[in-house]
Amino acid sequence: MSPRLRRWLFLAGMAGLAAFYLWGLGGLPGFGHYPGPYGDIINRIAVGQTKATGVVSAVNFEYRGFDTVGEEFILFVAAAGVATVLRHLRGERERPARDQAADRDTPPTSGAIRLVAVALAGPTLVLGWYLASHAQTSPSGGFQGGVVLATAFILIYLSGQFLAFERFSPVDVTDAVEAVGAGGFAGVGLAAVVMGLPYLSNFLGLGGPPGAVSSSGTIALISFFVGMEVAAAFVLLVSELLDQTLLVGSG
Amino acid sequence: MMAAHAVVTPYTVSPALMDVLQVTLLVLVAAGATAVALTRAPVRQVIMLSGYGLLLALLFLAFQAPDVTLSELTVGAVALPLLLLLALAKVRRREK
Repeated sequence: MSPRLRRWLFLAGMAGLAAFYLWGLGGLPGFGHYPGPYGDIINRIAVGQTKATGVVSAVNFEYRGFDTVGEEFILFVAAAGVATVLRHLRGERERPARDQAADRDTPPTSGAIRLVAVALAGPTLVLGWYLASHAQTSPSGGFQGGVVLATAFILIYLSGQFLAFERFSPVDVTDAVEAVGAGGFAGVGLAAVVMGLPYLSNFLGLGGPPGAVSSSGTIALISFFVGMEVAAAFVLLVSELLDQTLLVGSG
Repeated sequence: MMAAHAVVTPYTVSPALMDVLQVTLLVLVAAGATAVALTRAPVRQVIMLSGYGLLLALLFLAFQAPDVTLSELTVGAVALPLLLLLALAKVRRREK
């Protein structure tokens, strides 16, 4: 195919895409004019029904909890896939982290970065824990909380302590936490089935007034399990990649 | 650009101000995406991507989706750039 023909083919395709795109845009409802009934219905009944003032969490972990189980396992399978692909192969030998080119000029990690990373690790941990355990009361949830929790571990690495990072997050423990998190979510659903209710029914007492930490039954519990799973999955991903980058030589 | 049922709270921002904020952020996000695509050096591109993630997070906040803001902030501005940097570091080591 000549470059000239290729360019025409590209332009024709682009024109078609642009036409369909503009056609689609023309059919959209106006900005801020929500057409469907579901959002309005949920907004009206969610707080009364679930006692959760974090309505997004109520939707994620209650009204469409089954979809969220699927999403949860996407991340679980992805992390397992990375761990499998990056496993130590027979030909690879693990080498201690040592300088590959000792003569080059490597700037040491600056004192400012180390100080900020160490200073932020604690507050980040608290924030992540808060987000993962307050999905029912405020815009947060297990997913966001989990990633923030994982960030706390990454900060420890950033402060120049690769070995401390390894010690704080040994792979066996991370694996177990991830499995408990993912299994806990599915298990909460199965517990409802055992009690003769539909899968993922909210079988715990809703408790407390709306907005209380103890309110919303399984929504809070599921969010917490999701937090565990997500935090462990991200720590696992990063530590596998760090292993690859720093330890495993291409033998 | 006002929603059909505006909620009035003690800290309600005037609709005109919100319009300005939203339009400004939309323009910044468009410019940021273009800048990321036009950056050629991989490491520099990853840093740009991280900044772009921060812009997107602000955009979601201005459009009243604080939970999506938190996700974008952690994944787009921190986790994704970190994974990309690690991959780049690995590739560079092999090239030597």
